[in-house]
Amino acid sequence: MTEKLTMDGLAALARRSREEREGFRARITVHMGTCGLSAGAQAVFDAFAYEAKNHADIHVSASGCAGMCSREPMVTVEVKGFPRVIYCDITPDKVRKVFASHGMENRPVVEYALAQGLESVH
Amino acid sequence: MAESFAFIPHLKDVGFFKDQLLVALRNRGSLDPDSIEDYIGKQGYAAAAKALSSMTSGEIIEEILKSGLRGRGGAGFSTGMKWKFCADAQGPVKYIVCNADEGDPGAFMDRSLLEADPHAVLEGMVIAAKAIGAGQGFVYVRAEYPLAIEKLHKAVTQARVMGLLGVNILNTGFSFDIEIYPGAGAFVCGEETALLRSLEGKRGMPRPRPPFPAIRGLWNRPTVINNVETLANVPHIILNRSEWYAQLGPEKSKGTKVFAVSGVIENVGLVEVPMGIPLATIVNDICGGSKNKKRSIKAVQMGGPSGGCLPVSLLNTPVDYESIIATGAIMGSGGMVVMDNTTCMVDVAKFFLGFTADESCGKCTPCREGTAQLLEKLKDITDGRGKEGDIEFLEELSRYIIDSSLCGLGQTAPNPVLTTIGYFRSEYEAHIRDKKCPAKRCVPLLEFAVYPDKCKKCGLCFKACPVNAIAWEKKQVAVIDRLKCTKCMSCFAACPYDAIF
Repeated sequence: MTEKLTMDGLAALARRSREEREGFRARITVHMGTCGLSAGAQAVFDAFAYEAKNHADIHVSASGCAGMCSREPMVTVEVKGFPRVIYCDITPDKVRKVFASHGMENRPVVEYALAQGLESVH
Repeated sequence: MAESFAFIPHLKDVGFFKDQLLVALRNRGSLDPDSIEDYIGKQGYAAAAKALSSMTSGEIIEEILKSGLRGRGGAGFSTGMKWKFCADAQGPVKYIVCNADEGDPGAFMDRSLLEADPHAVLEGMVIAAKAIGAGQGFVYVRAEYPLAIEKLHKAVTQARVMGLLGVNILNTGFSFDIEIYPGAGAFVCGEETALLRSLEGKRGMPRPRPPFPAIRGLWNRPTVINNVETLANVPHIILNRSEWYAQLGPEKSKGTKVFAVSGVIENVGLVEVPMGIPLATIVNDICGGSKNKKRSIKAVQMGGPSGGCLPVSLLNTPVDYESIIATGAIMGSGGMVVMDNTTCMVDVAKFFLGFTADESCGKCTPCREGTAQLLEKLKDITDGRGKEGDIEFLEELSRYIIDSSLCGLGQTAPNPVLTTIGYFRSEYEAHIRDKKCPAKRCVPLLEFAVYPDKCKKCGLCFKACPVNAIAWEKKQVAVIDRLKCTKCMSCFAACPYDAIF
């Protein structure tokens, strides 16, 4: 049974979660809202998970819709210390190249990339 | 090895992202919705902790009032006022309900939000519960959203395990829990009194207001009903203060609004913009304008079956509650469908009336009979049986329905008819007087013949026809055999020169 959180516990968990996030050399996020899934995001996710299974320093996770539903499946790759890059229209065939080039060697695949950087948040 | 970064455009230079500003969707694309730790790492539940430990009910309501937040479900009532009425109402038991029964055709804001950031909605509900003194909350979510329901269930379970829902949350002495309730699959259940009845296990039908749910709601207890997006804004307002939120938007419409934009545009998707920006920015800049560059955008439908069609000439209208209402449409929950000149506006009105006539619960006569009559008349017009006086009949009947219907469904159902008549009257007249459909959509009004001078003799219609009803040879104008023709419209879709009428 997990301990119920207290105020201090919440703050500590927030810190821990951020540290854990920082702990990976690269993070790959597959956008898997209904729009992404209907465009084939599950196969893309599986392909990335397969590529990453022997690389403990690369984290593969899912998230919701990234906004541009007509260009799904979309994938975000972020190598620590570099801007994140959003890829669009990704298929399982393109996964190996994105993984090997960007995930492993930090060379973003320009022809699949939509944009880099962060969104404007108020 | 990172030189290839130089060849990738920056998000802030890409049209789709450049004019967007995120509040409710701030975690989109970066948060794992299955991980409460991830959410907490992004300041998640910090607002709830603040509200539960250091704010009184009055202070929370004051903060929301000052932020100017208005209901994002469509009607735009002040969220702070709603909470205040409920907090002031007498009674030992109160409820908070999240309305996630998103039913407008073309709308997917709530679904995307719930799938991407379910904890933000739960956190908003915890804060609302503290403000009004509720011990139990419900999320009434569309049964057609299986993924959103799955994410919600997971999120509620995680929050309970962590002690962020349940008894004595964060050791503050405040107890609150949330139940997920898949909807009954009727559009009218998005109306708050019908939603409450459905939640009680009865048939979803509205009742007259007042008394408003804030006074007598679920099981006759004071109840606040807030939309998904409204609740998702709450934690950020509590955390960053009302002044921060009120910086955005004009005087009466503060903050941002999420739109689900679809139709004949380059970029279909979910868009969050500050209130007050012109519609044109959303349609042309963010969504990239018409998908088929040979065609021009004709109208934007806002607010689904309760909303209206705005012509291109009104695209300068700023996005805020009052300006949109002044056009005859409504802000609605955020569905936006963009149409080009291949869309017939009478047909659009017929589509929406078909929807509302179908979804009318039947309790009040003006809505049940009125929408059916409007639909019949629109069918007459699109089938070529229109006659002089039909437009006036539609307008008059619409006014009766608006004035005398019981709930929001009926009161707004004629909006698609009134706005299309208002802005596209000539199309109605062409159907009625000339028996012609200018957009070539209404099959009974089409000739299925070829303009010899427009025909480029390319043979595409000949290849497209599935029943070999078109005779064509190289360098010859195509001829359609109307005895063989099944009026399937394949040739209309195939002709690039607009030569078939």
